[in-house]
Amino acid sequence: MGVTQILFWVLTVLALGSALMVVTSRNPVYSVLYLIICFFAISGHYILMNAQFLAVVNVIVYAGAIMVLFLFVIMLMNLNASVEPQKNKWLKLAGAIAGGCLLLVLVAAFKDADNTLKQTMVQTKDGEIGLIQNLGMALFKDYVVPFEISSVLFLSAMVGAVVIGKKE
Amino acid sequence: MSKIVALVPLLPLLGFLINGLLRKQLSKTAAGIIGSGTVLGAFIISLLLFIDVRNGKTGVVELFPFISFDTVKIPFAFLVDQLTAIYLLIITGVGFLIHVYSTAYMHDEEAPHFARYFAYLNLFVFSMLLLVLGANYVIMFIGWEGVGLCSYLLIGYWFKNPQYNNAAKKAFVMNRIGDLGFLLAVFWLLAKLSTVTYGEVFSAESVKALSKTDITIITLLFFVAATGKSAQIPLYTWLPDAMAGPTPVSALIHAATMVTAGIYLVARTNILFSMAETTQHIIAWVGVATALLAATIAVKQNDIKKVLAYSTVSQLGYMFLALGMGAYTAAVFHVMTHAFFKALLFLGSGSVIHAMGGEQDIRKMGGLGKHMKITYFTFLIGCLAIAGVPLFSGFFSKDAILLSAYEHNKIIWGIALLVAALTTFYMFRLLFLTFKGSFRGTEEQHHHLHESPRAMTLPLIVLAILSIIGGYISVPEVFIAGGDQLGEFLAPIIPLHTHAITHAEEYALMGGTTLLVAIVIVFAWSKYKTYKEETNGALGNLLENKWYVDELYNTIIVKPINWLAGFTDTVLERSGIDAIVNGVGKAVQYGSRQLRLLQSGQVGSYVLLMIAGMVLLFVLQFFLKK
Amino acid sequence: MPVNYYIFVALALFSIGVVGVLTRRNAIIVFMCIEIMLNAVNLLLVAFSKMHAAAYAAAAPGTVSGTGIDGQLFVFFIMVVAAAEVSVGLAIIVMMYRNIHSVDINFLNRLKH
Repeated sequence: MGVTQILFWVLTVLALGSALMVVTSRNPVYSVLYLIICFFAISGHYILMNAQFLAVVNVIVYAGAIMVLFLFVIMLMNLNASVEPQKNKWLKLAGAIAGGCLLLVLVAAFKDADNTLKQTMVQTKDGEIGLIQNLGMALFKDYVVPFEISSVLFLSAMVGAVVIGKKE
Repeated sequence: MSKIVALVPLLPLLGFLINGLLRKQLSKTAAGIIGSGTVLGAFIISLLLFIDVRNGKTGVVELFPFISFDTVKIPFAFLVDQLTAIYLLIITGVGFLIHVYSTAYMHDEEAPHFARYFAYLNLFVFSMLLLVLGANYVIMFIGWEGVGLCSYLLIGYWFKNPQYNNAAKKAFVMNRIGDLGFLLAVFWLLAKLSTVTYGEVFSAESVKALSKTDITIITLLFFVAATGKSAQIPLYTWLPDAMAGPTPVSALIHAATMVTAGIYLVARTNILFSMAETTQHIIAWVGVATALLAATIAVKQNDIKKVLAYSTVSQLGYMFLALGMGAYTAAVFHVMTHAFFKALLFLGSGSVIHAMGGEQDIRKMGGLGKHMKITYFTFLIGCLAIAGVPLFSGFFSKDAILLSAYEHNKIIWGIALLVAALTTFYMFRLLFLTFKGSFRGTEEQHHHLHESPRAMTLPLIVLAILSIIGGYISVPEVFIAGGDQLGEFLAPIIPLHTHAITHAEEYALMGGTTLLVAIVIVFAWSKYKTYKEETNGALGNLLENKWYVDELYNTIIVKPINWLAGFTDTVLERSGIDAIVNGVGKAVQYGSRQLRLLQSGQVGSYVLLMIAGMVLLFVLQFFLKK
Repeated sequence: MPVNYYIFVALALFSIGVVGVLTRRNAIIVFMCIEIMLNAVNLLLVAFSKMHAAAYAAAAPGTVSGTGIDGQLFVFFIMVVAAAEVSVGLAIIVMMYRNIHSVDINFLNRLKH
């Protein structure tokens, strides 16, 4: 087993485990923290695949900004485990079963996929395409219009958030 | 034949429209003049047409194409030939007299109802004219149904009385049964020949195209129609009940014209009937049976109009008897003479009822001859005519029928002779009980007795004269050679038929009949010149209750149908179909109520269902799509 | 690593996110589970982009090309959209809390009417 493989498995277990803890944790603050760990694990996966830019952006934007926002809101509402509402036991079971079924079906569907496709290797460690200058070139040459439009999207999101959050 | 023919039915139709639509605005005089005037106009044109036909100018006038599909063409066309011309004169002539009579008889009605009466009468004349003028069976059928409708409207004229309405309904329903026969026959003709125009149906090729069964069935169906319209067994019970209508209506519709439509139909179709011996046998026997049955019932009736009604049924049986033996001309002749004397008798009875202030029971009358001379005298002439006393019109027509009967079937002849005797008996019983003897009514009524106004007595006189001279258009060979003017006139339509009897036999027959009639008159005179209260024996009860035929029909036809209707209503309709239809509604309501619970508003459940749906779709996509 | 390993990881992560959405009643936790799902998809996209690059490199070694870079760009845009969505969504949740003083999603059954 090479280092890459060990790293892959470790990161996978970390990601799945923390995601499970997010779902099952009673204290919402704990959920947020576990989610941050999950994001770090996924960023690790990105680095493993030499997608450097995305790894960094993931950490900065997701783990840094979005999760902090979540934390602020939770603390604003003063939520903790004692006031956490619990769903009906049967509904929880039904939800779990539904999710489980989804997983099973998708896995089974994929199992029948073409074998050569399955064995295609992912280019880890090396590769030019994850590098920031290549990404930048592609972004500003071929995808400049969506890029500009995304700035409009941000504007509208900001305006919307401010309008919704205003006290009458 | 010019288009002037179209005026004949158009004038009464116009009268109907004016009197009907403007009935609230017209005064009684105006309504009466319009009603009678239009029929007079039609009569004058009919005279002109008759003169044309007498000179040999017959023809078909097509007004407009009516129905045409595939190879079948049914134009709206009028045919004027000898048979039509005679009927036109009878309908418009007698019709006009009755219209004039009605202006006085219906005098007590209010103006709108008075106008309504004349509107209906005009509509009736229009329909009857359409019936006889039609150049094909479909136009005849339009008229056929029209007279049935007018019969219903006029019988139920005093609509506030539920019994009269029932009588009207009974007449209409029985007519309808006959109409079904007519329609089936027309359809059969259309199926076999693709035409219903008289000329084409009776042509040699068409006749060859029809098989024996075809002809028998078509003629039988036409005869069924005739039984409905002309009140033969088994569809005759409506006619006595139809006396609920005003007396002039009874005179016009149920004596002179509508009931003779059946005879017209058979006479018109005589070519086909002559080829169907089975049907002819049936017609003859039904006719003579009806004549006998009705005559026996008439003997014991006490309502003046009911006696005349049964007399009409009986005389119609005579006419069908003639038709059944191939003596079509004799039947048409009897139609004509019967129209005269039966209308006369009915109008006379109307005069009596008018004088008695509405009383119709002859046991409460008597001695009216002293107070109502004209009515009495004309009524007497009518009785002599119907009895078949020589020199009066009835003698000639009845004798023609008896002669044919004697030639074909002695048994039928014997029964017909018996019926003639019974006819004489009950008619003179009626005459003597009403006009002779002493008055048996109340003081009030006695005070009221008077002769009827001129508008009523003049038609009586005219009809009386016609009842006397009407017979001379067809004098038998034994008296005057070439005296059978009517027969020769109708020869193009009804082939002439010579009798196979020697002159001696004919004289003997006539003499015998006359002797019988004389004996019966004397017998009736002796029995009824003074009135005695009569109690009925068993036979008398049976006769007075009309052989319980109505009750029989009630039990075997009306009650089962009512039961069936009730059954269909409760079981099939309410519990069956309604339950299903309502059940569908209830099921939809229940289903939607249950489905509504799905909309809980909980987003969580929505997402759950979404995921479930997605899983299902994936399964379908990847695993079941082979 | 064969690409199917990454596919399984992404599937598992996605299903965990689904279970979380169905199971939890706290609106904020539900939101976070949606983020998990988005991240699973991101991971998958990056894996596929590298797969295409590897396939190209195996077919024509020594050349440099940009196949497969679209996947990573798409991930970039997904993150953009996720950020916008989170800001608006949290604003809504805050307003909801202000009105009914709870973030229980079972209280939000106004769609029933």
